[in-house]
Formats: sequence, C-alpha cells, structure tokens
Amino acid sequence: MILEIKNLKKYFDIGRGKKVHAVDDISLNINEKEIVGLVGESGSGKTTLGRTVVGLWDKSAGEIRYKGEKLPKNYSARDFKKYAKEMQLIFQDPYSSLNPRMTVKEIVAEGLRTIGGFSSAQMNDKVAEWLRKVGLEPDHMSRYPHEFSGGQRQRIGIARAMIVEPKFVVCDEPISALDVSVQAQVINLLEDLKKSMGLTLLFIAHDLSMVRYVSDRMAVMYLGAMVELGPASEVYFRPKHPYTELLIKANPEPDPRLEKTRQHSLIKGEIPSPINVKAGCRFAGRCPKVMPHCATETPKWKSVGKEHFVACHLY
Amino acid sequence: MSTPLLEVKDLSVEFDTYGGIVKAVRGVSFSVERGKTLAIVGESGCGKSVTVQSIMGLIPTPPGRVTSGSAKLNGKELIGVSVDELNKFRGNEIGMIFQDAMSSLNPTMKVGHQIAETLIVHRGMSRKDAMKKSIELLERTRIPEAEKRADQYPFQFSGGMLQRAMISIALACGPKVLIADEPTTALDVTIQSQILELIKEIQRTEHMGLILITHDLGVVARVADEVAVMYAGKICEYGPVDEIFYQSAHPYTEGLREAMPQNVEGVHKRLTPIEGSPPDLFRPPVGCGYYARCPYAMKLCEKNQPPSFDLKKNHFSYCWLQDKQAPRLNDMVHVRQRPIQ
Repeated sequence: MILEIKNLKKYFDIGRGKKVHAVDDISLNINEKEIVGLVGESGSGKTTLGRTVVGLWDKSAGEIRYKGEKLPKNYSARDFKKYAKEMQLIFQDPYSSLNPRMTVKEIVAEGLRTIGGFSSAQMNDKVAEWLRKVGLEPDHMSRYPHEFSGGQRQRIGIARAMIVEPKFVVCDEPISALDVSVQAQVINLLEDLKKSMGLTLLFIAHDLSMVRYVSDRMAVMYLGAMVELGPASEVYFRPKHPYTELLIKANPEPDPRLEKTRQHSLIKGEIPSPINVKAGCRFAGRCPKVMPHCATETPKWKSVGKEHFVACHLY
Repeated sequence: MSTPLLEVKDLSVEFDTYGGIVKAVRGVSFSVERGKTLAIVGESGCGKSVTVQSIMGLIPTPPGRVTSGSAKLNGKELIGVSVDELNKFRGNEIGMIFQDAMSSLNPTMKVGHQIAETLIVHRGMSRKDAMKKSIELLERTRIPEAEKRADQYPFQFSGGMLQRAMISIALACGPKVLIADEPTTALDVTIQSQILELIKEIQRTEHMGLILITHDLGVVARVADEVAVMYAGKICEYGPVDEIFYQSAHPYTEGLREAMPQNVEGVHKRLTPIEGSPPDLFRPPVGCGYYARCPYAMKLCEKNQPPSFDLKKNHFSYCWLQDKQAPRLNDMVHVRQRPIQ
C-alpha cells in the first residue's frame, strides 16, 4: 500500500460559524501501481480531496500515510521539498495552470529546482528528455505557454509533474478541457508512463466512460463523502449505490440504438449546498429509493462484494 | 420527403485577422425538417458554431463576413438581409441557446424581465402580460418556484437553472427552429440528462426543428435523427444517426469513434488517437482537409477536393475512398494495417 487516507476531513471556514464540508470523513487506501478513478458531480469534493492529498490544502482532521509515514497536517516549505519528488499533481486547466511569464523550460524544470542538486546542463538535458517523452520537441523549451494548443499545454503540465519521477500522481481532470482526439493522445501517454515508471495514480474526472477505461478501482463521491468504492468494471456495470446507478445511467454513450431504447435516469434536483451538512445520508433528498431512516442515520461503509464497498442503508 | 424547414446551401464564412484571412466555414450545406434533430459534431475550431451564428446574423461584420451561400427558413432568405428583416426571424421564428448561460444572460436584469423582453419586442405584449407569460415559461422548463425565480438575477441561479431560463427565452415566441450550441457542455452528466430530456420533450410537443451543436458523440447518439460531421470548415460526412455510427463512411468519423473508450465489460482496447492537429485555416488545404491526419490517405487526396458521394438514404461522404476506382474498403479497421500508398 502506497497511500492510506484515514478519516480525512477538509472544511473551509466561510465565516459566521458556517463551514463548507468539502471533504468529510474519507478513508481510502491506494495500492502501489494502481489507478484509482474518482468520480462525482461538480461540488462533490473530488478536487479538494486530490489537493489535500498532495498537501496543497492543510487537513482539518484525519491523517494520510505515505508508505507508512504520516504526512504533516500543514506542509512547510521543507515538506514540499521533501515530498515533491514523491508526489505530484497534474492540473485540470492547461490554460490557467501554466505561468504565462515563464518559458516551457522554466515551468518543466521547476520541480528539479525545488529538489535541488542539478546543474544547469543536467536540467537542460532532463527537460529535453521529458519534452520528447510527452511528444513535444526539445526546441520548444524557450517558448511560452501561449504558443501551444490545449493538448500541448496539457503535455507540458504532464512533463512538469513527471520530471521529478514521482511515485504517486494525482491527475485532476487532466482531459476535460481537451477535444476527443487529443484526449486519447493524453490518456495513452499517461498509460505508457504508468507502465514505464511504475506509477500510482489517483485519476479524477467526471467522464465516467474514461474513468472506467483507465482505472483499476473506481470511487464515487457525493457532497464530500464517498458513497461507493470497488473494481472499476463492477462499479460501472453493477453499481450498488442508487447515486452511482443514476450517474451511470445519465452518462450518454456513443451508441444510438442503446441510447434510444434505454431508460435515462432523471435524477431529481441538483447537488445541495455543502455548508453545514446535517446527519443522515447526503443523497437522501434526491434518492429514488429513500427510506424513512435515511434522513437521520448516516449510512455505514459496508462490504457488498469482493473489494466492493458502499455507504447505503439498502445494504 | 417534406420540404425542409430550414435549408442551408453552400455557406462560406471568412474572418479578417492580423494573421490574414481565416476561412472558418467553407461551403456547408444541410437542411432541417420539422420535428427532426440535426446534430452538428466536430472538434474545436471546425466551424460548427460559426455556421449557425452566421444563419442568425450573429457574425460581427467586420471582421467576419459571409462570402457565399444561402439559408432559407420556409423559403425566406436569412443571409444578407437587413437587420430589421432579420429581427423578424431571430428570437421569433428561430430561437437559440448558448453554451455559457451565465455570460449569455444580462447580469443586471432580473430573469423574468429578460424573458418578458422577448415577448414585448416580438409579440407586442404589455409588460404585465409578458411577465405573466414569462412565469409560465419558467414553469414549463420545470424551474421550481417560478414566480420567485422570475424576480431573481442570473447570479442567484445554478448552471442547470440558468440553462433552463435560457431555454425559456428561446421558447418565448414559439420558434419553428431551435438552435442549441453546446447546451450541456458545461454541465454535469446528471443535469445534462435533465436538460436534454427537456429540450427533446419541448421539441416533440412544439414539433420544432432542432439543430444541436456538440462535440460529444454520446449526446449525438441520444438525441439526433441526422448528423453532420464537420472538419476544417467543411462537412465531411452527413447522414442518419444510425448510418453515421454503424456504417460510417469517412475516416474522420471513424477516428472520432476509435478515440473514445468502448463501454464493453472486460474489454480494454487501447484508444486510437487521431495523430497531429487540424489544418491551418489561414491556408486551408487544397485537397481533402483531413489528408494530413488520415490513415488511409491516397496520393489523389492531397490536391483534389473530394466531392460528395451519395451512399444511400440521404447518407453522403466527402471522401475519395467512396469513389468507384478507389480500393474497396468494407472494413476500415482492417485496411488501416495496409501501408499508405
């Protein structure tokens, strides 16, 4: 096991005693060389979880262990330096996540500079090597981000994260800003890097088909809590939680005969506010299978199959 | 076959930029019938939005201009007519909804008033009647507590609710054609499902023609009757939705399908990306726009524009592979292993 997340909470204080429960009591273990996909609607806390894991947010409660070692609650500059070569993050938006005033070389080499101990020539070589690995040219080094397309920028972001040869990478919606044909290029690149470097990935996305495709296991979040976790194909083809079921039924598939005959889920309403969440199942208000005690009792994490867990009173 | 409600023929649009002239749309033709849905699919920059914006007269001139073509609604020309003339159609006989509802609505105006405005302008309704009608419209698009919502500003709405409000505006005058430009792209799948269902339901009851622009083949599969696949400013394949998905006759359409994961249990087939990037439309290719990326490209494709090949039942492909003299390709994937000549 490379990463153990235990009862992790991240609340944001928004004043007047109000708190946003962005990540609320999440436990998740990630095995070495595994891809765990994380899905859920916007506002479910996926990004906050990813950022808290790599230390960009401090933890409100709970703990994370990396290779058995407890990670600090708040990262100091020294901690970032220490863990930069172990854990990295690939950001969602290839437009706003690259500093427009830095050259590609400065952006990609930043991790090496943080770690320290590389000569300028070594850095140059490494940047050139990584630009080639992600399918760019070494002479792109002196250019600025605005000179690249979305897909190319995402590759720069990948090179930036991978150059330090991390063991664990959080990919926060790495493909949602890209066109279909380019998405496939980036996914294939990530798969190849995973194989050649023995990476472990936490893959955050809202594209369910893509998450099923890349992940070994799939986790479903709703309003800050995890509602289902299991092998990706089990969760996708035999979902247990009513929310997962509705989410997958809503996912349009590129197959007209299937789409025109199957029942589409019309999940009621929208995701509620994550401010001061009450006890009980968070999905109770929208759930088609709601029972009286759902609104008052918080469902426990139950095993429903091999490595398949769900938080729902139906089980 | 009934006469088409909206018929677009040979439409071309250019933009002047500092870098030169961009030929964004290069001779696009399609038609929409009452009660039917045409999906226009393609990747960013293929000209799908510009096509419909030019029909609506929404291309800023200069820098943009329609250089050729016509668009007829029930036989009446929309291209090149005066703004006054055009205003009789847009918002009235043709409704449009956009991708980004937040920036398409006026942030300083209450939602109810924005809907009422359309009715006051086009239907000459009194303010009071228009407000009453706008609440009805909000109810029709299933906005809970419509009366209260009509009195709120766009920032008080969620993304899904804003899209519903925008549909209310588009429907206010009972349009014959509804154009939806990526209406669900910014939304979660659950909300997308609700909005698509709402649009389809309204289309059925009003018997409207619907043009849906999207890049999502899943959405196309779900709502379209006919599909136009666009690439580099041109339509490359056009046909009934089943034909496009199951008997695709253009390598680009095929490429889009292959680039997506297939949801079949136990299958992990590596994705086949379309290598390279779309051509530069400052200097559009002389021959087929897809030549540089096409795995089946032949010598002829580089310099010669492929004509439209009629396959069957309203299915056209603009690809030389459909020519009688081209090698017969029943199974494209099979051929991909063949060395390119």
